[in-house]
Amino acid sequence: MGRGVEDFIASEFEGLGSNLLFVFSSPPESETRVTIQPISTNEVDDLLNPRIAPSIGTIATETIVGAQLVGPQGSAQVAISGVSANYGEVRARPVLPGGAFISQGDVDAAARVVLLGTTVVETLFGDKSYNPVGEDIRVNNRSFTVIGVLEEQESGGLGILDDANNVVFAPITTVQTRLSQARTRDGGYRVDVMHVQAVNEESMDAAALEIETYLNDAHGIEFQGEQDFSIINQADLLTSLGQITGVLTIFLSMIAGISLLVGGIGIMNIMLVSVTERTREIGLRKAVGARFGDVLGQFLIESVVLSLVGGILGIMLGWLASVIGELAVPTLTLTLTSDAVILATGVSAFVGIFFGLYPAVRAARMKPIDALRFE
Amino acid sequence: MFGFLKSKNGAHERPVDAQGRHAVIDIRRVAKVYKMGDIEVHALRGVDVQIYEGDFISIMGPSGSGKSTLMNILGCLDQPSQGEYYLDGENVSKLSEGDLARVRNKKIGFVFQSFNLLKRTSALRQVELPLIYGGAGGRAKRAAAALESVGLGNRLDHLPSELSGGQQQRVAIARALVNEPAMILADEPTGNLDSRSGSEVMQIFQRLNREQGITVVFVTHDPWIARHTRRIIMLRDGLVIADREIAHPLVAGEAERPSEADEMETLFKETYYGGKKDEYN
Repeated sequence: MGRGVEDFIASEFEGLGSNLLFVFSSPPESETRVTIQPISTNEVDDLLNPRIAPSIGTIATETIVGAQLVGPQGSAQVAISGVSANYGEVRARPVLPGGAFISQGDVDAAARVVLLGTTVVETLFGDKSYNPVGEDIRVNNRSFTVIGVLEEQESGGLGILDDANNVVFAPITTVQTRLSQARTRDGGYRVDVMHVQAVNEESMDAAALEIETYLNDAHGIEFQGEQDFSIINQADLLTSLGQITGVLTIFLSMIAGISLLVGGIGIMNIMLVSVTERTREIGLRKAVGARFGDVLGQFLIESVVLSLVGGILGIMLGWLASVIGELAVPTLTLTLTSDAVILATGVSAFVGIFFGLYPAVRAARMKPIDALRFE
Repeated sequence: MFGFLKSKNGAHERPVDAQGRHAVIDIRRVAKVYKMGDIEVHALRGVDVQIYEGDFISIMGPSGSGKSTLMNILGCLDQPSQGEYYLDGENVSKLSEGDLARVRNKKIGFVFQSFNLLKRTSALRQVELPLIYGGAGGRAKRAAAALESVGLGNRLDHLPSELSGGQQQRVAIARALVNEPAMILADEPTGNLDSRSGSEVMQIFQRLNREQGITVVFVTHDPWIARHTRRIIMLRDGLVIADREIAHPLVAGEAERPSEADEMETLFKETYYGGKKDEYN
């Protein structure tokens, strides 16, 4: 189960696209500086200059603003993401056939067009599978044309529990100029998130350093604690989450280990009772020619069968729990991996042998006269 | 006393009796000492017994006479502290645990007072048990034949709980027979049976002994049972105090069991030896 959660989180992040850095404004840790200077379009342009940041490949920009959307069947208050034309490629958000992602032309012209996620389509048009391309909706009381619907995604983005389909994309310039007054001090427009793609995976650290150096300079930052932006690397996120799931796995393993110990002692106890109860039988078997190994083997097989039956019941229970868990939380894929099944079978057989050994040896060592006389 | 039995190189020569039969059991000066804490208990104090092929013997004696100890040693369930035991020509007095198990499997068939059958196991499987430990082939066939010979050919699939006491003891006899042992050792085989079943079981032993020449050794304290055998060995305080043939053994099923008093009287008259007259007074 620990593994299922780990897999789930890892796949979650693979969905984000590879070699990505996220740069966004965030409050500084230090209390001496309280204002946040937003990242501006001018800074993005500078970072795209290979002489300033040679390790950066492309940057997709995003500016987010809340807006009221009204369609023929309903309305919704959503956060509209103004995005650059390369956003769809960088973040791997394909558009359903019949539509198209926001083009460079749309961005240059600050066109009044929107891309809708399927959840939004359902809210505005009443049906998830409805194709609204070409129709008009109203955004903050202005008419916008729907140019496409985003392919449904199971989940995505940094908020794991957010609905990845409850999104609206518009050209970033449209959001910056028509839906908000997001000017910055240097005369550019505010950018909320930079999705930076490094030239290749090896230059991720270099790209992060270049961005940090540039922004420190541009924002007049002298100490690290005063930084009013954060750079997050996918790998960092994965490691920190890996640590959490690692702790979870250790915790679960400890519980499993304790249950195995308790179960093993239970098996030992049962086998000791069985050996005592069947002392006369052991005596008889020895009288008719059973050797040490014969009796040992008999009781070991019994305890292994006992623990294997337990193991198989456990596997079936685990499988049932994973099916129920998936039904309860559809976004979580809980897999019963074959190596988990093999491990469980192997461990239960081992427990049977380990805890069955003492009772079996006791049975095999019995002297036939004493065993036959036992009442 | 038995010095003449040993050849000069120390190898064992099997004793032969007057009819030319070889000894199945030959024990010489066997003693057994148990240590109970600091006290040594001398259960056997030097016993010599020869039992020949086709013999039908009772070992008798009061409690504490050492007859159980002797039976355990004869059955290779225990080993003597001193002395030698030749079973079917093989010296078994110094064998390891594993070798003793082999000897018990191949040469001795046990019949117990309380049957000692396995629960929830069919008669056929019970009888197969010694063959399984002996690694023998054709088990089902041999087990069925053994059950046939004790008159249970139609009860192969019955569980012990579905059989009467007499039938259960016959299954145990079949189990003792199946490996064609050198002898059958029976510890109070009729002790848990009513007189009719006991008589049936006795008949089977007598028939097996008479028709197939199987050597049978009974350990019993019941004089009536002992009178059905051909020879009685009487033990007391760890010594053989009498070893005599019975002139006219009873045939099971023919004679009615007499009252206890009559029985004791006959026993003294017929099988008691010429020891001191007042020994039991």
